[in-house]
Amino acid sequence: MSGASEEPAIETRGLTKRFGRQAAVDNIDLAVPRGAVFGFLGPNGSGKTTTIRVMLGLAGATAGSVRVLGEEMPARLREVLPRVGALVEGPAFYPFLSGADNLRRFDTADRHAPTRTRRARVADALERVGLSHAAGKKVRAYSLGMKQRLGIANALLMPRDLLVLDEPTNGLDPQGTREVRHLVRSLAAEGTTVFVSSHLLAEVEQICTHAAIMSAGRLVAQGTLESMRRSGRARMKLTTPDPADAGRVLRGLGLGLEGDGEQLTAPLVDGLLPEQIVAALVAEGVRVRGFAVENSTLEERFVALTGEGFDVVQ
Amino acid sequence: MSSKQADSAPAVRRRSAAGWALLGSELGVLFRRWRTWAMLAALAAVPVLIGLAVRLTSEDIEPGDGPPFLDRVTQNGLFIALTGTVVSIPLFLPLTVSVAAGDTIAGEANLGTLRYLLAAPAGRIRLLAVKYAAAVAFCIAAALTLVAAGMLVGVVLFPVGPVTLLSGDTIGVGESVLRLLLVAAYVSLSLAGLAAIGLFISTLTEVPVGAMAATAVLAVVAQILGALPQLDWLHPWLFTEHWVGFADLIRQPISWDSFGANALLQGGYIAVFCALAGSRFATKDVLA
Repeated sequence: MSGASEEPAIETRGLTKRFGRQAAVDNIDLAVPRGAVFGFLGPNGSGKTTTIRVMLGLAGATAGSVRVLGEEMPARLREVLPRVGALVEGPAFYPFLSGADNLRRFDTADRHAPTRTRRARVADALERVGLSHAAGKKVRAYSLGMKQRLGIANALLMPRDLLVLDEPTNGLDPQGTREVRHLVRSLAAEGTTVFVSSHLLAEVEQICTHAAIMSAGRLVAQGTLESMRRSGRARMKLTTPDPADAGRVLRGLGLGLEGDGEQLTAPLVDGLLPEQIVAALVAEGVRVRGFAVENSTLEERFVALTGEGFDVVQ
Repeated sequence: MSSKQADSAPAVRRRSAAGWALLGSELGVLFRRWRTWAMLAALAAVPVLIGLAVRLTSEDIEPGDGPPFLDRVTQNGLFIALTGTVVSIPLFLPLTVSVAAGDTIAGEANLGTLRYLLAAPAGRIRLLAVKYAAAVAFCIAAALTLVAAGMLVGVVLFPVGPVTLLSGDTIGVGESVLRLLLVAAYVSLSLAGLAAIGLFISTLTEVPVGAMAATAVLAVVAQILGALPQLDWLHPWLFTEHWVGFADLIRQPISWDSFGANALLQGGYIAVFCALAGSRFATKDVLA
């Protein structure tokens, strides 16, 4: 057990998935540490869901390898997947069955799930996502948010070592979104690794310890949230009544200026400390009214890396 | 690396026998659908209509008029079960079986539930086996519904007594019922081959209606080919070849020849198309 916990929860090597000529996933090396809450970011069409499908053995890789919980996939699928709860590309249910019956149905598919405790586990999972009151209602009559909750409940039917949640807050109201955040935190506190794909950056920033960014099928960044923020250039922000002099000084220090008027901003460069900048400005007689260093947000980093924002990549 | 893998063996989970719960769940889903009951009700309506039509007209039916066994219905109501089965075999029965079999995998893909079954994990071959078992259960339910409804209508509307067989012998009511159940078994077997074809087609698409239609069309085409004398050489290979061969079961003594030939033929179709479905589904990318 101790050896296993040191291996990443998910590890891909050179993972590639082509549909015809187009590579939906192009040579990605993903490493999700055990116990992490891992945000998987990317614009629509960047290959997130395809990666998840290959991870879960729903689709085969064109090239490369996937290890989940230390086991080769899809060769060890039957041993691995019972330990993985998944919500993939939105919830899907039998509309003519009730919420509880749908969960029971999926639970019977897992032959490791004991029949004896099925009712109790289904009731617990429904309770956990706040759907107990609608357990007997046909899914046909569920709202999108209720289906989403039921999908999360399905992932929680058994104790899991890894949860893969694809856009878990899709269709949820702010209240539901908060509940999901709370749920993810409490699961992580119990030691479950949570892999969340999302395009909601603020959300990922709030709950994740690690993140990776996909763009056009490629993995363009990954690491702890801290390192992702840091590797985005920090910026200095200067307020001064002498913008012309200040601009001359800053350019002399090798900084690329942005902004005009009394507010000047510039990305910081390596080897130049903020206090040195202020000292240089003051030495040249520039009046400094305000000086601040701002770390880049995940959103800035995201836009910098994916460029096209949330547009669908062709 | 190898030593590391040795002590990183995953915690072995207790495994519940063979996972029969999935089959129970599959049958539960099949027989809780409104559609399944509508199809069975439509099948049951066939002998009811025949019974009412014969009862409400006073004209005598000349032997040879109308579908087989119709002329005997007024003398013995049990024959309605046979007449109902004979008229339903060319289209009605295969149509309902095509719906059930064509829906197996394509229906789950269409709902999106296929990915959750596989992620559970159901196991692809296990899921396919369960799906086929449920489709066969539907074949049996369909054949039994026809025969049972026919017997019931016969008892209600007509005199029922010892049955005179095609061979001229007479058997009691009890044995007649047994013979009719044998007919139901024969028809179920005939449909099991079609269900295997439907299962395979269902793995090819995510559009259940397409799989259903393709399966039904194949059943009709096979019967048309079977009706062309120019294609004599092909006839023994058509899965529809023995579909109406159950008359042998109402002779005295019973002739098992066509039952045996049908079993062999359907067994071949089941083996081939289940294998095709398995090889297709085992490696298919599930993207729906």
